[in-house]
Amino acid sequence: MKIKHDKPKTSRTKTSDGSGRRRFLERSTHAAKSGSDRWVLRLYVAGQTAKAVTALNNLKLICEEQLKGKYHIEVIDLLKNPTLARDNQILAVPTLVRKLPLPVRNIIGDLSDTERVLVGLDLIERSALVGKQ
Amino acid sequence: MKKSEAYSHRKVLPKSPTDIQGLDEITGGGLPKGRPTLVCGGPGCGKTLFAMEFLVRGATEYNEPGVFISFEETEEELSANVASLGFDLDSLRKRKKIWLEHIHVERSEVEQSGEYDLEGLFIRIHEAIESISAKRIVLDTLESLFSGLPNPIILRSELRRLLRWLKKKGVTAVITAERGEDRLTRQGLEEYISDCVILLDHRVTDESSIRRLRVVKYRGSSHGTNEYPFLIDEDGFSVLPVTSLGLNYSSSRERVSTGIPRLDTMLSGKGYFRGSTVLVSGTAGTGKTSIAAKFVEAACKRGERSLFFTFEESPSQLMRNMRSIGINLEPWEKKGLLQFQATRPTHYGLETHLTTSIKLINDFKPSIVILDPINAFVLGENQTEVKTMLLRLVDFLKMKGITAFFTSLTSAGDTMEITDVYISSLIDTWLLLRDIEIGGERNRGLYVLKSRGMAHSNQIREFKLTDQGIDLLDVYIGAEGVLTGSARLSQETKDDAEQLLRQQEFGRREFELERKRKAMEAQIVMLRSEFEAEEAEALKIIKSEKVKDERFTQNKAKMAKSRKADANTKTTGAK
Repeated sequence: MKIKHDKPKTSRTKTSDGSGRRRFLERSTHAAKSGSDRWVLRLYVAGQTAKAVTALNNLKLICEEQLKGKYHIEVIDLLKNPTLARDNQILAVPTLVRKLPLPVRNIIGDLSDTERVLVGLDLIERSALVGKQ
Repeated sequence: MKKSEAYSHRKVLPKSPTDIQGLDEITGGGLPKGRPTLVCGGPGCGKTLFAMEFLVRGATEYNEPGVFISFEETEEELSANVASLGFDLDSLRKRKKIWLEHIHVERSEVEQSGEYDLEGLFIRIHEAIESISAKRIVLDTLESLFSGLPNPIILRSELRRLLRWLKKKGVTAVITAERGEDRLTRQGLEEYISDCVILLDHRVTDESSIRRLRVVKYRGSSHGTNEYPFLIDEDGFSVLPVTSLGLNYSSSRERVSTGIPRLDTMLSGKGYFRGSTVLVSGTAGTGKTSIAAKFVEAACKRGERSLFFTFEESPSQLMRNMRSIGINLEPWEKKGLLQFQATRPTHYGLETHLTTSIKLINDFKPSIVILDPINAFVLGENQTEVKTMLLRLVDFLKMKGITAFFTSLTSAGDTMEITDVYISSLIDTWLLLRDIEIGGERNRGLYVLKSRGMAHSNQIREFKLTDQGIDLLDVYIGAEGVLTGSARLSQETKDDAEQLLRQQEFGRREFELERKRKAMEAQIVMLRSEFEAEEAEALKIIKSEKVKDERFTQNKAKMAKSRKADANTKTTGAK
């Protein structure tokens, strides 16, 4: 999957600019531990909004760097399938759900804070976030 | 802007009736139609129930389907919780009248990365509304979102958007919120929902709980501003706007018998006014309950219904005691004309008592109501509250034209008039029972302290409880003051003896007179006979003297003849 690195991100924080994220990812050893064979990630959005597009792009970027070759992304548009919001207890959009590996994990937002996405996906320890806000 | 609109159109704000007993009266017809209403209060104050009743009544009474979005309880829990109130949510759900939706939020499961919005929630609400064409919606408790989702700044703007969106949809929304420390809600939702704010309160004073409701705000509509007591029972939510009753009830001229003929006489011959308030006060054991029971019996005999609140005796004990003075209430209870309600006043708060009483009265529709005794409510320093409660009750009963009969226990040593002064202004007819202690015994005296609108007796009567019933006797009023009981009896005996003596004296005098008359008559008879005897003697003498005289004359004539006397004239003259 081809990822565009140079896509401008409006809500990017200082720590999650390109170089910062790379440095951070390199430090990440946790990924190897939870790295199972197959990752199923589901992204719930409501229409093609700016946040939805941003979230998908961020997700693809992270997956390419962390889970290359062993991930699968499903995008679900709740406007097209409204009942799925009820069935999957979705309130906020965008919501990223890690279906596999178990247990299921949820991350909300446009995924612009990469560290938090990694914590949410259990790719790094939460303790890595201490002191960073 | 809204204000000027309202003025120029002079249109009444459209309202969505809640059908919650009493609430529509306070709000002048219900909650603002098509707008959100905030219902806030502490834990356990009945927010969820309020919201649910609004929805269920809307669905069943006004054919307005409703959506219940629950952030705290699951669909099953909700159904189970309100089933006890007689709401069959499952059936309503099947008939597409009610849509329950549980929205699960738990912070620990959610990680936030970057900006988000609540479009998912919007979609779910939209789906729910569309699926049953809902006209009403409840969000219970919207603030759970704050504990379940990160970033309050985003949440706030999203909630603002949600409320605007709901308004645009034209659904009448009830949004519940937890009460905050120094403001109405924890998250300041009252800033966003300003059309109507209702505050529920559940507080405990003097170990008893009181639920109250207050309409804090109702934009574009007048509303009752007081705190109204409310009740949650097996029929759901009921608010009692009795404070707004006022004094505009009509009074009856009809009279009802007290059940005690002599007491009727004391009350200008006809008894109490129908719909008036009667108080009997007295110390322990003066017969207050008996007077009440007699009144009840009389009402039942007329075929009227009576509701008897007893706070100190159980109904069976009361009936047994009344049987001992010849008042048999049991048949009336069996017939359904008499209903007892026995509760310890300390079991609930005053408000609860008031609300349950009014509910019972509404259900049973009695024509007389007894509260025995009212001062069972007074605990500590709550006389003002008791008075307020009684005032509301009295107003309510007067509106309904129900005769209220209260008894009040006064403690010995107190001046009775002072003990009951806090309610005296409410009372139309006030009977006072007091002990009269004379000659080593205690007797009961009854008098009418006041009775509005009738010429009542000013006399003290001795009040006697016998196994035949209640007797009112004249007290002895003599040179030695008011006497009752044995003192009265002994005084009466003494009087009797004196009277007897006096009567004997009269007899003796009469006899004497008779005797004298007889003596006199005897004397008269004797004198007469004496006189007669004398008279006879005298007549006899006179007769013989006359004979003698004749003979003398004859002899003289013979002599003259023989002497040839010529003096004939003399002879003839002598003849």
